[in-house]
Amino acid sequence: MNWEVMAEYLPLYQEAMVLTLRIGWLGIILAIALGLACAMVTHHRIPVLRQLAKAYIELFRNTPLLVQLFFIYFGLPKIGISMEAETCGVIGLALLGGSYMAETFRSGLEAIESIQMESALSLGMTKTQAMWHVVLPQAVSISVPAFVANVIFLLKETSVFSAISLMDLMFTAKDLIGLYYKTAESLFLLVIFYLIILLPVSVLGSLVERRLRYAGFGD
Amino acid sequence: MPDLGISVLFKGQNMMRLLGGLWVALRISLISVAISIPLGILLGTLMTWKNPVIKVFARIYLEIVRIMPQMVLLFLVFFGTTRMFGWNLPAESASILVFSFWGTAEMGDLVRGALISIPKHQYESGEALGMTKPQVYFYIIIPQTLRRLIPLSINLVTRMIKTTSLVMMIGVVEVLKVAQQIIEANRMTAPNAAFGLYATVFVLYFLACWPISMLAGHLEKKWS
Repeated sequence: MNWEVMAEYLPLYQEAMVLTLRIGWLGIILAIALGLACAMVTHHRIPVLRQLAKAYIELFRNTPLLVQLFFIYFGLPKIGISMEAETCGVIGLALLGGSYMAETFRSGLEAIESIQMESALSLGMTKTQAMWHVVLPQAVSISVPAFVANVIFLLKETSVFSAISLMDLMFTAKDLIGLYYKTAESLFLLVIFYLIILLPVSVLGSLVERRLRYAGFGD
Repeated sequence: MPDLGISVLFKGQNMMRLLGGLWVALRISLISVAISIPLGILLGTLMTWKNPVIKVFARIYLEIVRIMPQMVLLFLVFFGTTRMFGWNLPAESASILVFSFWGTAEMGDLVRGALISIPKHQYESGEALGMTKPQVYFYIIIPQTLRRLIPLSINLVTRMIKTTSLVMMIGVVEVLKVAQQIIEANRMTAPNAAFGLYATVFVLYFLACWPISMLAGHLEKKWS
């Protein structure tokens, strides 16, 4: 291990981390929005949209992000839809994440028995009040562990962005190994920087999970 | 209407080459699953023991796998071992090593979850009926554990298949790489082939994973 070399590499990795985080968070926020929309559509059984949402979820849950990105970045320009690599990354992550989030939210909503809604209505609440004060809080606390797992999964998936020539952490590491043969140093920094990104999310996630477990009913 | 790669797809051996590439990816994932399942069952059982040393090691192992992207692990094994120990691992063996390492942790966690989800009274009732310990396990605990475990481990297979698409990044010639080669070879005659070929790879992966996911979902509903 050569610490001087590593100090020299540090700014490159920092830049790469900023890119990974930017695409990651943007993609995850869009994924949550998309997932919520799909979960609502399937939960309320809206015709046509529901079938579309289902087809989308199955299609993107059963294909790897790398293949999706190749199709979006290299395939779509051939029919006239070309976007910058970064936009492609965000869209790919949002589409993949949306399908996972939709499943999480849907199973959270489904886990709440209809007696909860009925009791709330019989107490004189309106439907919106019952949804907002009774069903959603429980559904959210049930979905949290799977939600946290999804966020971690999506942040990990950002590591394939180097395939569409985005200068992310993976790309930087591969580039430096190829240029200077300082394999150990490059890989060490790669691991450290992924730890910096993911460890806080993982720790925060388990804290939130533990806090919300009190909200469970009947167990 | 420009040619979007349909003609290229059916030219010569191209379709067979793509399917061959898919088989490379599937083979890596199937071997890794075959290694992960027994090791995962062992790990999961060990984790239900009350031994603090095992607990700490298992926790660290699971946390590493949970946090590190599989791609980073691939790079560590493929580039790292060559540099540090002078091993010259073929890319395919490196992938199998990494995916088994990852799969064992995932499987271990599933097994642990399934084992601790069996209520204590199931053991006690079995013994109250005069069964011996092995009988309790064989007739009561294992059948119930399997019902919870099988759908989840089938899901692990689809995740494994999806993750093997990464091996292209360390130079294994699998379906995505084959598609790339075909596109390059036909650059002059069919410049728009990228659309059709990557769409085909997309569909191939979907066709490989979707039936397995459906099976898992079906079993989960049937047995819960």
